[in-house]
Amino acid sequence: MNIKKVKTGIIAAAVGMACLVSTPAVMAAESQYIGSLVYRTGPYAPGGIPWADGFADYINLLNERDGGINGVKLNLEECDTAYNTDKGVECYERLKGNGPTGMPAVMPLSTGITYALLDRVVADKIPLITSGYGRADGSDGTIFPYVFVPPATYWGGADIAINYISQQEGGYGNLKGKKIALVYHDSAYGKEPIKTLEALAAQHGFNLTLFPVPHPGLEQKSTWLKIGRQLRPDYVLMWGWGVMNATAIKEAAAVNFPREKFIGVWWSGNDADMVPAGDAAVGYKSLQFNGVGADFEVHKMIKQVLYANGKGSAKSEAGIGEVAYNRGVQSAVILTEALQGAMNEFGNKPVTGEQVQWALDRLDIDEARLKAIGAEGLFDPIKLSCADHLGKGRAKMTQWDGSQWKSISDWIEPNNEMLGAMYKESAAAYAKEKGITPRACN
Amino acid sequence: MFYREAGEFKASYKADQAILPIRQDRWFIWAILAVAFLVIPAVSSDYWLGTIMLPFLILALAAIGLNVLTGYAGQLSLGTGGFMATGAFAAYKLATMFPGMHILLVLLFSGTITAGVGILFGIPSLRIKGFYLAVATLASQFFLIWMFNKFGWFTNYSSSGVISAPPMTAIGDVLVTGAHATVTAKYLFALSIVTLLALITKNLVRSNIGREWMAVRDMDIAAEIIGIKMLPTKLKAFAYSSFLCGIAGALWAFVHTGSVEPLAFDVNRSFQILFMIIIGGLGSIMGAFLGSAFIVLLPIFLSNAPHWFGLDIPVDLISHIEAMVFGALIIFFLIVEPHGLARLWQITKEKLRLWPFPY
Repeated sequence: MNIKKVKTGIIAAAVGMACLVSTPAVMAAESQYIGSLVYRTGPYAPGGIPWADGFADYINLLNERDGGINGVKLNLEECDTAYNTDKGVECYERLKGNGPTGMPAVMPLSTGITYALLDRVVADKIPLITSGYGRADGSDGTIFPYVFVPPATYWGGADIAINYISQQEGGYGNLKGKKIALVYHDSAYGKEPIKTLEALAAQHGFNLTLFPVPHPGLEQKSTWLKIGRQLRPDYVLMWGWGVMNATAIKEAAAVNFPREKFIGVWWSGNDADMVPAGDAAVGYKSLQFNGVGADFEVHKMIKQVLYANGKGSAKSEAGIGEVAYNRGVQSAVILTEALQGAMNEFGNKPVTGEQVQWALDRLDIDEARLKAIGAEGLFDPIKLSCADHLGKGRAKMTQWDGSQWKSISDWIEPNNEMLGAMYKESAAAYAKEKGITPRACN
Repeated sequence: MFYREAGEFKASYKADQAILPIRQDRWFIWAILAVAFLVIPAVSSDYWLGTIMLPFLILALAAIGLNVLTGYAGQLSLGTGGFMATGAFAAYKLATMFPGMHILLVLLFSGTITAGVGILFGIPSLRIKGFYLAVATLASQFFLIWMFNKFGWFTNYSSSGVISAPPMTAIGDVLVTGAHATVTAKYLFALSIVTLLALITKNLVRSNIGREWMAVRDMDIAAEIIGIKMLPTKLKAFAYSSFLCGIAGALWAFVHTGSVEPLAFDVNRSFQILFMIIIGGLGSIMGAFLGSAFIVLLPIFLSNAPHWFGLDIPVDLISHIEAMVFGALIIFFLIVEPHGLARLWQITKEKLRLWPFPY
């Protein structure tokens, strides 16, 4: 290497630095900026792509059909996290100041990123919406003013699963002496339901056995031999993630554990996880906090307005209606309803995170509103308040028929009285550790 | 022309043994420190300080730690993530058990605890060498993460197994952890600690301990014959390396992210840091910084670059391009200079001395 090359190198580096300092591309002045953290690449991309498509499709639908919200155009920018916490934090920091008013809310789509952002969103005054993941005790709005967890929490999910099992068995009284196993991803996410299940086991007298599966969960032979040959439980619950789900279902089939008695949480209920398991997955059940299928009014509109004109985000219309896609639409509805609430109060111009937090504290998506959106049945009505950042927390049971999910129950409400006390207790412990004074809610 | 030692005379042994014997080098380092301490906090945005500089500094510290073990003492290790996790969880336990304890003490003790753990996992190094040792340290990586997941005591029985840093002050009432700490305070705090530890390490590797490490690295039998005791020397390397990694882990959990789950320190972190020192240069403090810069900054640069040039490329495509370009650059640098970026830097300096008449 001669000195000329060094010189070129230095100049190249200097040019690079100059580029880094310059501000990002100019945004249209009066549009509402929406920053979206997605994972279209990486090991979990099969579940991340439909979510991102659903989210983008609904935002684009509002833009194309209504000209945005209250006449304010929406400007969506995605940032790819690859489900990696470091990248997710970087994405959040990069996007949070964009647009005229910054990012109005963040949906990190990952437990790891959620935890890494908990402190930051408070300082930045940006609401953190974690739909069906993240901290269950985030439902206590007095201690987590900027965390919102609608429509459901893991603790609620655990309670709903037991509730469903009791219905199958003919009442809670018949749970006594039953054996229930929990197969879980050995991480912050997978451990969330344990406390609730232990409390329920003590209350109803069933035996709970725990089976942690180390990340990424490709090796579960011994786990399932124990379950299928030794323990022989009446039901198996699963808190799985990514490739662990399909592996577990295949192993369950290998030891001939009835799939009808195998119940996964919503993250173990993606279409992308069922397809690789093939016939083994037929009959497998999963909780969902959203409706399944592609027959909702909003889907028709998305097809009509976007896909008919070649403006859809997914590669083809076939992607519409996947569970993850519906969740993306649902998250987009929650966000845009909050944006609209904020605009109704603060004027029809781009709103800030603080204003959206105000609106989320009062978010009320009732049956009538859902019907107007075209999402009736796509999810349960959500009503939040300053102290309650969760809502009813209901979910439904669905079953995989080999090609798609079929809804097999109505919305099941968890025991919110018991869970509410647990949320409060856990949030209070967090507040004590972090020195947070709970805000007053009247 | 400007970078030349001609005319600089050393009148004492002290001057002769200085870390930077050439005046221009000293100026350069002072200039870098001035830029790092004064200019960067003054001109950078929060995004730059908080998401680029902070992880860069903390991972550079971890890379220095691993470089002591692998680069100087020649013990290949894949347990860096586990040791960082140990530091993070030790710091969390200390901070919650003794709420009044100063953050510097917390860091010091968590580093010491990690050093103890490092010694424990270093004991097999007397019998196991090379790749086999790498596998043994890999076991420590998995064991430690499993342990923090398994036993609720480490996380104060949090249901999710996530630890979260309480707000702590460094000097006066300047917060450096928690939600209300400013990014500038966090950055300056991390920078001070990293600078101090890098300086201590630089001196340590120039001392008799460092020479022993290098002797063991270059040929362990020869080292033993000239009277270097294997076990204490290797364990010292494990202890000091883990000490640095532990502090890096504590800084990562407390100052950078604020809340962290054990998976943040999984085996990928260990590989990331190993790649840093391989690309940066084994056996070089400078290399740890260069490697960290390469691994942390380059992907961010690549993922931002299309945006700056006004190109509208879908995010998934950007991610794929980023991975491809990053991989190609790693191969490019390893072919151009197998001894790492630090060696490239050294060559540059040698050329500069001859400038403008290189041969």
